[in-house]
Amino acid sequence: MELLSGGDILIRALRDVGVKHVWGYPGGAALHIYDAIYRQEDVVHLLVRHEQAAVHAADGFSRATGEVGTALVTSGPGATNAITGIATAYMDSIPLVVISGQVPSSKIGQDAFQETDMVGVSRPIVKHSFLVTKPEDIAATIAKAYYIAGTGRPGPVVVDIPKDVTEPNYKVPYEFPSEVKMRSYQPSDKGHRGQIKRAVKALLEAKRPVIYAGGGVVIDNAADHLIAVARKLNYPVTNTLMGLGCYPGTDRQFVGMLGMHGTFEANTAMHHADVIFAVGARFDDRVTNELEKFCPLATIIHVDIDPTTVSKNIVADIPIVGTCTSVLKEVLSLIEQSGNTPDGDAIGQWWQQIDEWRAKHGLYTASRYEPSGGNLIKPQDVIKALYKVTKGEAIVTSDVGQHQMFAAQYYLFDKPRQWINSGGLGTMGFGLPAAMGAKLAFPDTDVACVTGEGSIQMCIQELSACSQHNLPVKIINLNNAALGMVRQWQDMQYNSRYSQSVYEESLPDFVALAEAYGHVGIKVTKFDELEEKMRECFAMKDRVVFMDICIDRSEHVYPMHMPGGSMRDLWLSKTERT
Amino acid sequence: MKRIISILLENEFGALSRVVGLFSQRGYNIDTLTVAPTDDETLSRLTLTTQGDDQMAEQIVKQLHKLIDTLKVVDLTQGPHIERELLLVKVKATDCDVRTELKSCVEIFRGHIIDVTPSTYTVQLAGDSDKLDAFIEAVTHMGIMEVVRSGVSGISRGDKFIRV
Repeated sequence: MELLSGGDILIRALRDVGVKHVWGYPGGAALHIYDAIYRQEDVVHLLVRHEQAAVHAADGFSRATGEVGTALVTSGPGATNAITGIATAYMDSIPLVVISGQVPSSKIGQDAFQETDMVGVSRPIVKHSFLVTKPEDIAATIAKAYYIAGTGRPGPVVVDIPKDVTEPNYKVPYEFPSEVKMRSYQPSDKGHRGQIKRAVKALLEAKRPVIYAGGGVVIDNAADHLIAVARKLNYPVTNTLMGLGCYPGTDRQFVGMLGMHGTFEANTAMHHADVIFAVGARFDDRVTNELEKFCPLATIIHVDIDPTTVSKNIVADIPIVGTCTSVLKEVLSLIEQSGNTPDGDAIGQWWQQIDEWRAKHGLYTASRYEPSGGNLIKPQDVIKALYKVTKGEAIVTSDVGQHQMFAAQYYLFDKPRQWINSGGLGTMGFGLPAAMGAKLAFPDTDVACVTGEGSIQMCIQELSACSQHNLPVKIINLNNAALGMVRQWQDMQYNSRYSQSVYEESLPDFVALAEAYGHVGIKVTKFDELEEKMRECFAMKDRVVFMDICIDRSEHVYPMHMPGGSMRDLWLSKTERT
Repeated sequence: MKRIISILLENEFGALSRVVGLFSQRGYNIDTLTVAPTDDETLSRLTLTTQGDDQMAEQIVKQLHKLIDTLKVVDLTQGPHIERELLLVKVKATDCDVRTELKSCVEIFRGHIIDVTPSTYTVQLAGDSDKLDAFIEAVTHMGIMEVVRSGVSGISRGDKFIRV
């Protein structure tokens, strides 16, 4: 058997588990590992400019492909910088393995230079973590880490490795385990058949049903099964922010996103529904609004891989623990076997009602904001132009704030994994590194990072990493010179007292900044130039282009849930409410 | 309502901190906690008590089960069970009357005096938590110097058992 050092074993094990790319940043405790990387060509390392971005990039890669992403950081500040990225992945159930260097075993606990208890610091935001104590354990630990990260409800796994464990002069036999078996971890797969039968019965008897599908459908690659069930039943489908793309955004049965900034028709249909079929969604507070007032008439069918998610916020009438794919397949086959069909009259009336809601306040039946013109560019129109220019086929990443909601509302995603955003943690700074990860995975697809001048400045240093690794992403900066969502809340709840939410004259010249990094900068101030400049941007296939678009500074995102209300209690504009 | 939750988990680095961390992270309280390796040294048996209604207890059990290191999680309070806790209490016993009274009290509660000095008695008592509470109340007026409680250990009655 081949004898290898701990550092070489780690990289060999990464290769054998199927890793091709590692995002990271070196430092003292990780130097043996970095030397091992230097001495091989199977695993490619991509140097970032800040560890947070390494984890976000691995995360973006994972969201775009469904594979487990990998990041490598050093001890201490390297490890703590990775924390925001790990928490982001944890909240959205993204499979990642984050490997951190640690001070030598003999120094642990001595407050050594760059020492942080990484296993302790990351504990509440990981699916699991390991501290490797000897080189003989590295390969088996790596195999377990990827298995845990990628199965069941996915999530980030931390592997902390003290420096002495990767010592180049201490060599041990290398053996990669052929399979992983853990007596304490056996993720469930198929849902309970009896419960699925009950669910099918409730679905077929429904008169005002809504299919409420979330990020779990994307993660489990179950979109085709969802579409098959929805088409079979002809029921309306709404998606959560994380689920967008798992049901085609341009399909007639799609009623838009639900929740705080969801459509009027999706939220109102949920409120009046008699059966809600929740698949891979978690009744998040940004969806339900006030729990006591949530969907008072509905029988709740809740499908999720994670038993703790079922009945956590809303008690399910029919709980089903299983993968979205297996349950949806079974639901479809039971519907077909039953020979029954939904109540056509009732469903017809339900659609009539939904179409009325769509016509009245829907985002896609008429323009619900004042038109752009001259120097006034509406953010919604920027997203529409992006959609048009990229033919709805781009991978769109976003940061967090108003631009994120406008992108979610107006870019109609037809495919899963096309929309990449930090839904759970709401991490500003996520968009650019996530776009890098997606671009690495799909070099021939347009990747656009929709961002704002606030968010982009949280990871703007990665413009440099884009140059180094040839990742020509497009940055669509919705520049309103303010933290737009903060300002919107200050308008609505703090009598327009803009505490610390405006940049005044302090913003950089983004065009010059992009050029300083060797990229192309384009500034847009006039509406009639918007589409043409957007085309110019996407025509430059091999360049990073930073579009700085000066948008209407006063615009708000609507619809918006009224605090303390039910799902149908919405602000529809600054002056209009339901 | 008081819950006694029994957990069988891998006897590994960090496993206990994940259980304890879960409680603070999810906003639950731990009232008592005991943990030790079992006859199989790769496993630890952990018993903890907490307060909560049925829905909360169900969530706690599910959340504990989700931890990668846990093999079995059982809410013992859902069935017939035995709970035991160990109490060590040091009482000031300088005068003769107190010594006599304390000795009879220990007898009534079926405890043992396990250390004696001219000025103190140290008492050992096992039982369910209510019994220990009652004993403490009974001897408080004599002058308690120190109280040590082990926390609850629990096991199901009858044929049921928790094993891998």
